[in-house]
Amino acid sequence: MKITATDLACERGGRIVFTELNFAVESGRFLELTGPNGAGKSSLLRLLSGLSEPRHGRLKLAGGGGDLTLAEQAHYIAHGEASKSALSVAENLIFWRDFLGGGDLANALGAVNLASLADYPVALLSEGQKRRLALARLALVTRPIWLLDEPSAGLDAASQKLLISLMRQHLKSDGIIIAATHVSLGLKPDQSLHLSGASQS
Amino acid sequence: MKPLIALLRRDLVLAARQGGGVGTALGFFLTVLVLLPIGVGPDQATLQRLAPGILWITLLLAVLLSADRIFQQDYEDGSLEIMAMAPTPLELVVFIKAIAHWLSTSLPLSLAAPFLGILLNLHDQIIWPLIAAMGMGSIGLSFIASIGASFTLNLRRGGLLISILVLPLYVPILVFGMSAATGNPELVMPSLLILSAIALASLVLAPIAAAAALRAYLK
Repeated sequence: MKITATDLACERGGRIVFTELNFAVESGRFLELTGPNGAGKSSLLRLLSGLSEPRHGRLKLAGGGGDLTLAEQAHYIAHGEASKSALSVAENLIFWRDFLGGGDLANALGAVNLASLADYPVALLSEGQKRRLALARLALVTRPIWLLDEPSAGLDAASQKLLISLMRQHLKSDGIIIAATHVSLGLKPDQSLHLSGASQS
Repeated sequence: MKPLIALLRRDLVLAARQGGGVGTALGFFLTVLVLLPIGVGPDQATLQRLAPGILWITLLLAVLLSADRIFQQDYEDGSLEIMAMAPTPLELVVFIKAIAHWLSTSLPLSLAAPFLGILLNLHDQIIWPLIAAMGMGSIGLSFIASIGASFTLNLRRGGLLISILVLPLYVPILVFGMSAATGNPELVMPSLLILSAIALASLVLAPIAAAAALRAYLK
């Protein structure tokens, strides 16, 4: 499996965020996106997730499952937690498990250390715990491509370690990770792409 | 099918737990019905003549009160983005969310409304035709409301704008809903048939329109 971007250009709200972006990521590799705020890290992840379309250039996915698109094979962890405060931790995950196509609930709860809070309403969780609940989706449903936008935001040191071990496991099983971050995640990236945010037109 | 059942179950549980759905709408309904006789005076004949129309208009407004809840929360917490990326078509997601709104708000309201009409001295021969017409019409109400909700997705306090967008589309439902409740038995069946046609058309067309609007917002 390989994701290739050729001559990619992105526009958001009439502003050109970046142009002439080229990169390729293969199975088992971790691509880190760095750059200042507003440089287009999140915009690039939105392009990859298929939510927005490139203004120019193209994104290609080679290999992978059948006719599924890149978005359909990807997890996208953005700033929203995508959890409902009126539901419990387990209820939130059970919904995503059934909606996204099945997985192991106990394993996911263990992977982010939320097993003891499974029946706790999300409304009472701390920010870091909510973040972990969002990350639990990664372990819950198997998807070969992970698109992570500042995945470590709000996590304490112990939780960051959980995230890193999740990412290691994913890379070992030939997954692809593309993560935007402005602080180092503590896992050495195989590739790094710096977005300067300088391009204007 | 499993993703859709999970979504329906989640939306119904949320509607039941968070309140503000059918409870608020029913409270609104009752308040209008209690205030009305005070406003127009207690003349029983006048109230009886006005009752079906008042009930219909109050039903439309009560459904619209809760319309912005259909997509708003899922948009704000990022759930909608994940749903848009999943293999399940966004049109079906919209369909299920509109069904959940119908089951949790419009249907219970439309079944309760004719009985609340007793407060307005509603003629007892009209109660059953009105229940049938409102039950049938409520499908269209929820699905058309989902279009309005999708168009005002990122507008805080979009409720008023939803009303302006959606109320004109409710006119056919109101017209044929009223003709079922005139007390003339010959008009009941044809009116119900047209209401069911409106319901079927909105079942098909509203998810397409709303999903297109959601995609544009998510870009």
